Amino acid sequence: MKGKARSIINILDLSVEELEHLFTLADDIERNPEKYQDRCAHKQLATLFYEPSTRTRLSFESAMLALGGQTLGFAGASSSSASKGESVADTISVMSNYVDIIAMRHPKEGAPVVAAMHTTVPFINAGDGGHFHPTQTLADLLTIRRTKQRLSGLTIGLCGDLKFGRTVHSLIDAMLRYPDNRYILISPEELRLPEYEIDKLHDAGAEFEETRSLEEAIPKLDILYMTRVQKERFFNEEDYVRLKDIYILTPDKLKSAKEDMAILHPLPRVNEISVAVDQDPRAKYFYQTLCGKQMRMALILYLLGLDQ
Amino acid sequence: MNVDGIENGIVLDHISAGKAMLVYKYLHLDRLSSQVALIQNCTSHKMGRKDIVKISEDLDLDLDVLGYIDPGITVNYIKNGQRVAKKSLQLPETLTNVLACKNPRCITSTEQELPQIFKIVDRSKALYRCAYCDTIVKKEELN
Repeated sequence: MKGKARSIINILDLSVEELEHLFTLADDIERNPEKYQDRCAHKQLATLFYEPSTRTRLSFESAMLALGGQTLGFAGASSSSASKGESVADTISVMSNYVDIIAMRHPKEGAPVVAAMHTTVPFINAGDGGHFHPTQTLADLLTIRRTKQRLSGLTIGLCGDLKFGRTVHSLIDAMLRYPDNRYILISPEELRLPEYEIDKLHDAGAEFEETRSLEEAIPKLDILYMTRVQKERFFNEEDYVRLKDIYILTPDKLKSAKEDMAILHPLPRVNEISVAVDQDPRAKYFYQTLCGKQMRMALILYLLGLDQ
Repeated sequence: MNVDGIENGIVLDHISAGKAMLVYKYLHLDRLSSQVALIQNCTSHKMGRKDIVKISEDLDLDLDVLGYIDPGITVNYIKNGQRVAKKSLQLPETLTNVLACKNPRCITSTEQELPQIFKIVDRSKALYRCAYCDTIVKKEELN
């Protein structure tokens, strides 16, 4: 039946209880990978990537392969029938007949809503423009949970492009469901968090402040979530050039940070974190990609009903 | 000016003055073969001036569109010359193919055959959200 399969478009499509289940599953996958290595045997994942995203696509494929499943798909609209003008609805209707589960990245916001209306197999949004990217948030949450042993009572600094940074919006939406978190929003005026996200902070009664200064914020933080100023989100090249290097995290700036602060970044990094920071034990952004793979494994298992 | 009452059909009353043509356009009343009367600038005790539309056919009206054009409209259903039901309107929960999303990054900007769907987010502020990309729009005057 059309449109009846479970779709994960937004992180909020998963309840707090479901997230807890996925964290537990991901932890078990880490401890006992062999237990899961054939769990998805004879199952197929389609990765439909209408725009380049090597990391997310490979993370999904690696997750499915580690579960003993198979993958197929395309990377780039030019190698798909989208270049012939096929709609998302038609592509999803066709792919639903080929595979057991679909992950889709699309440059247009809301494309996953269309996909969800037409899929007959579980569907995962792997990013839609500047809108949602729920599996990145799953990676972020697991990284925070594993490094801080909790998802509440944390001071979280979000730094860089808070306007177009979809990972920032999703992370805030997700963290607002856990109590006593405090938010420090670090950005230039032009890249401030949009009003609708500020409204959510207000509505939830969350404590937050906005600042331009990374240096001032850093000593207060339990988590520092750095983001890249993304060229593809700007219509105007001049604005991008002016803002792209506004924040650069260096070992020097980290001197005033807490010893157990965790540095996260959705990657890819350009200049915003100096490579010298990579050696710092607080740098968790590469570990975050491992968490991302394990959460994608957990999500695939859960959506296919193979988690028990 | 006298316009006859109708025997069977619908009378849309309390339309804000000047909006009868919008009602005509968005309800596609031009497609009907039955009699339709548009009365502009009637005297109203309540509103000063108002418009009225009379349709001599019992249609399945799109009350969502009507509520969006003017939530103050009263819908009167007439049978054998008597009013048999009366409905007040409000801003609709969902609007389909009335507004168009202006976000250039929205999927509806490239896949134009998709229905344009908006959901209400704040009734008091008359704010709607694109069902695809979540762009918030304020209720705007249709034309």
